[in-house]
Parts: sequence; C-alpha cells; structure tokens
Amino acid sequence: MATSTRPPALPPLQRSGPQAPRRRRANESISTWRWTDRIGYVLMWAAGLLVCAIGLSIVGYMMFRGIQYLRPSLIFSHPQAELDQSKTGGFLDPLLGTVLLTIIGIVIAVPVAVGAATWIVEYGRPSWLARLVDSGIEIIAGTPDIVIALFGLVLFQQGIFGWMSFTAQGGAVFGRSFLTAGCMMSLIAMPMVFAATREGLQAVPGHVREASYALGKTKAATIRRVLLPSVKANISTGAALGMGRIAGDTAIVVVLLGATLTLDSEGSVPGLKVLKGTGGTLTSYVYNNSPAGEGNAPEKAYAAAFVLLLIVVALNFAVDLIARSGAKTGLETSRLGAK
Amino acid sequence: MLERLREPWTDRRAERVLGALACLVLLIIIFMIVFVAIRAWPSFRENGLSWFSAKGNVDAQLSRMVNSGANPTKADYRIGVWPLLYATILTTVMATALGLVFSLLSAIFIVEFAPEGIRRLIVPIVRLLAAVPSVIYGLIGILVLTPFVGNHLISPGRKKSVEFVIQLSGTSLLVAVVVLTIMITPIMIAITVDGLYAIPRSWKEGAVALGVNRWRAMWTVTVRAARPAIMAGAVLATARALGEAIMISMVSGSKGFAPNPADGLTFIFEPIKTLASNIVENSESINAPAMQATLYAMALLLLVGGFVLSLASWIAKQPLKKYGTRA
Repeated sequence: MATSTRPPALPPLQRSGPQAPRRRRANESISTWRWTDRIGYVLMWAAGLLVCAIGLSIVGYMMFRGIQYLRPSLIFSHPQAELDQSKTGGFLDPLLGTVLLTIIGIVIAVPVAVGAATWIVEYGRPSWLARLVDSGIEIIAGTPDIVIALFGLVLFQQGIFGWMSFTAQGGAVFGRSFLTAGCMMSLIAMPMVFAATREGLQAVPGHVREASYALGKTKAATIRRVLLPSVKANISTGAALGMGRIAGDTAIVVVLLGATLTLDSEGSVPGLKVLKGTGGTLTSYVYNNSPAGEGNAPEKAYAAAFVLLLIVVALNFAVDLIARSGAKTGLETSRLGAK
Repeated sequence: MLERLREPWTDRRAERVLGALACLVLLIIIFMIVFVAIRAWPSFRENGLSWFSAKGNVDAQLSRMVNSGANPTKADYRIGVWPLLYATILTTVMATALGLVFSLLSAIFIVEFAPEGIRRLIVPIVRLLAAVPSVIYGLIGILVLTPFVGNHLISPGRKKSVEFVIQLSGTSLLVAVVVLTIMITPIMIAITVDGLYAIPRSWKEGAVALGVNRWRAMWTVTVRAARPAIMAGAVLATARALGEAIMISMVSGSKGFAPNPADGLTFIFEPIKTLASNIVENSESINAPAMQATLYAMALLLLVGGFVLSLASWIAKQPLKKYGTRA
C-alpha cells in the first residue's frame, strides 16, 4: 500500500541507465522553486520530523522509566493503602480490573455494533431510519467519555438496574460496578467496531451475495454463513481498536467504577460478586499515583503506565496482524487504521 | 427457548433483531439527553441564563455546593461557569489551530514527500500516538513538562509579579495546550492522510504536467480538493479536545481562573480548569444535590457541544460525496 503512493514508476527505457535523468531533476529542482514554496517545503519536513521526534521521545521516555521502575513483584502483588510507599504493594488488582473491564466492554459492544452495521448495510429500510442510526453512531463517537460516564451514573442509579451494583438499605442504588462501567465502556468501543464492520460489508462484492441467493439461501443464512465470516478480520480489527480505547479510558473508571485501589466484591454470588463490586484499572491507578492524585508515587505510576502502554501497543500490533491476514481475502482497511 | 434460537432464522426475524439492535443506538442517545437534562435542570432553574456568566470565584461556589448538604438553598446553586467555559474554549481552539497546521504539513509529508524509510517510521508512530491513553499523556505532562515550565520558562520575576492573584507553578494553559495538541494531532493526521490519498492522482499529475512544481501541485490541487476531509478531521479532533478531562485535570492546575490575554506572556503560564476536568475532579462529591445538578449541567453543555460538532463534521463531509470518495 505504501509503495503505491510513490511517484509512478519510470518507463523501462529511462530506468536502464544508472541515473535516470528525469528523476534527478525532480530532486534538484527545489532550488529553482519560488521562496514561498521553499518555506512550505521546509516547514513540512520540520513538521514530519517533529512528529517522529515527539513520538520516539514519548515511547523512549516511557520505556526508560518503565524498565527503571517495573519489577515483577509490582505486577504480582496486591496494592495496599499505606502511607509508607515501600508497603503500598503492586498493581495486580488494577491490572485484573483493566482486563475484566475490557472484556465486559467488548463482549457487549461487538454484538450490538455488528448487528447494527449488518442491518444498515444489508437491510437499511426505511432509509431515513438507517441514516438516523448512522449519525447516531457518529454522535456517540463524538460524545466525551466523561459525559458518557455521568450518563451511566444516572442510568444505573435507576431502581430497575439495582441488580447490577450495590444497593443500600432503603433502595438507593449506588450505580458503580464493573457491570455498569463495562456497559458504558461498550459505548466507547462500539463506533470503532461498527465502522470497521460496515466498511468490510460494503467491500464484499454484490455477486457474492447473489451467488448465495442463487443457491437458495435466505438472506439471514447468507449473512450468517457468507457475509459475517468474510468480514471476520474487519470485526477483529475494530474490536482490537475498541479494546485499546477501553483499556486507555480513565474518566469512566473514575466516575463509574469507583477507581478504588483493590477489587471490592459485592454480595455473595461467586463471579457476580466481583462484577457487582467496584474496583480500579491501570488508568485510574496511574491517575491516583500521579502528583494529581492522592497516592503521589511517581515510580509506581510510571511502572503502571508502562504496562498500560504495552497493552495498548500489543492491541495495535494485533490490529496490524489482523489487517495483514485480512489483506489475503482482498478486504481493504484504512491506511492509517486510526479513525 | 434455546432450541428455537438454534434453528435457522427467517429473514423477517433477522431483520427485526438486527433492526432492534440498530435502534438501540438511537434509544441510548435519547436516554442520554433526557437523563442528563433532567439532572441538570435544577442548576439552570436556579441560575437562569446567568449560569453562563462570570460571577466571581468558581472554586468557592463549587466548594460551597459540596458543603451544602441534602437540602441546598437557592444560594447554594449559584454558579457562573464562564471561567471554566472560557478555559474550555481557549484550550480547544488553540490546540485545534496548532494541530491543524501540524497535521496538514505532516500529512502532506507522509503522502507525498517522505522518503520510504522515514515513511515506514512515521506511520506506526502516528498510529501509536493516536492510541496512547490520555492518562499517560497526563503523566508525562505533570512529571516532565510541568516542572520544566515551572523551573525554567517562568522567571522568578514573573512569578512575583502576579503572586497576589495567582501562583504560577508550571501547571498552566501552555502545558495543557501543548499536550492536547500532541493528543489530537495524530487523529487529524490519520483523517487528512486518508483524505489526501482519496484525491485522484491524475489531478495532481495534470498540474505537474503543466510545469508546476510538486509542492505547489500538492498544495493547490490535492490539498484544496481534500479540504472537506481536512475540515472533518479538524472537527473530530475538536470534539476530542473538548471532552478531554483526565489529562487536562492533571496538567492544568485546576484553578477556576480565566487567563487574561492582556497579561502578555504571563497569560500562557496561568492555571486553568475546563468543564470536563472540573467534572472529573468533583465526581467524588457528586452525591451533594447542588453539586450533582451543576456537574450534570456542565455535562449537558459538553453533550450539546459534541452534537454541534458531529453536525459540523457531517456538513463538512458533504462536498466529498461529489467526488465519490469517502472521508
């Protein structure tokens, strides 16, 4: 894909010589440009190199600090609330919280997003409703996460959602738990899964569907047996991007998960008691341990941030791998992936 | 029940189930507006339109709400959010303007001029920068940039000149804008690059064939044709900047202070507090009714802002349909 963006290949005749004359002139011609063009050209190089420099320095700095402060004991020990920094333990609980929350969020987001995308591409009637849903997804994508968090708080404090979180004596619903936070996290991941799935479905040529219909398959069977398997790579790409967003989100964790240090179970049903309980994630751990929070332990914040960065980078790497394997099926993905 | 799920779905049933999932999205949006607006209402009711105005010290008004208890009086609801609103607009506009310039230049670089080696480096970097969680940007901001600005860029004389009004410690508008720009630029680059690639090469080649140099052809033909995509990217980045809460709350100093451009250079070193960062910081005391109404009112404002930006991005993308390209 990158090679196609180069200037078109020279005709064979000119390529025969070691120095193709036209090519050289294009490289040297900057000195003959107008000065406005030259300034623009230089600024453009400066901007490009600056982006490289900023990116490399952020990654390099985080790696330096991460390797400096990260110890295996930090990952495998539970955090403790202590004044003495040497006794505050590690971040096992936040790490588990991140994993749990990401899984809950993506498990809710994928079916809804894939269903909505399939409906829009394959059915999409009435068309005004399809357009409305389309812009609705865009609106959700543009809504700040802090607003989604506050919306989650008011929604899950309603009585009918009492089973999802701690309910006080007298019926006041707390509204903060892994389940409620996961539901709102799914809203953050949904636009990415939706966009990837829709793009994939639109790229499936019409004759594939027609061939399936010609074999006597119903539309529902075509979607299930032909279309969804063929956009599997797109769905995974969207899901991986969405998981990266969930793992990196802080506002919802702070407002809707309690951002506590440890995972606090609620109730007595095994499994559900963790989901109903509050907790924290790596993001809230970093936030609380930075000078902005109460913990004020920069070393631990750096170590946790490094682990978080590794998770996010791994998810992005997964996107790359999926896109590369998806390329075999001829499906196009966005050139920079990020949307 | 499970038996019925396992048998093949009829078309009609599939359409209904999938359509219901799609409509769930609309339902969520309607619920979001209604619920947030209901909780926000008391704050608007008690303040009227002066909710948007400046009424003295915001931080004092907010802490009064925390202490107001379960039955707040009219005076407890009193707030003028202008300093927060002003800081939000200031950071968003400054970061977007800076980001627009940077992202456009870098996108041109990536699409047209970067040597293959650098291109192979810069594309993953942009993707990585877009994926880095905001709390990590905030961490770097508060532990690296803030001390640097506080110790080296702000002279002691400058600190002294305003010490009766505000403490200049490095947590400032400047750091917030710089980090915010780094955060939103990758998104803009990604969308701009896609937009530039979508313009048919032959248009630019036509210009080059007429004797225009490569930069000018890029600038006057491709960039001009990709303007809607660039605008759409800028709008999307604005939405991200508008709602950024955690990072801003870490690096901005969290003072409800409206920086005054008339202060000269001191202006960019003054602490701020935006709407979103204020919500995060006060989320612990959200059970106080007055505070709750105020925070939800701010959330409603952000929500409406997000709506307007979504609409703006939709409008910006309309001309793209003419070329049959997508943003």
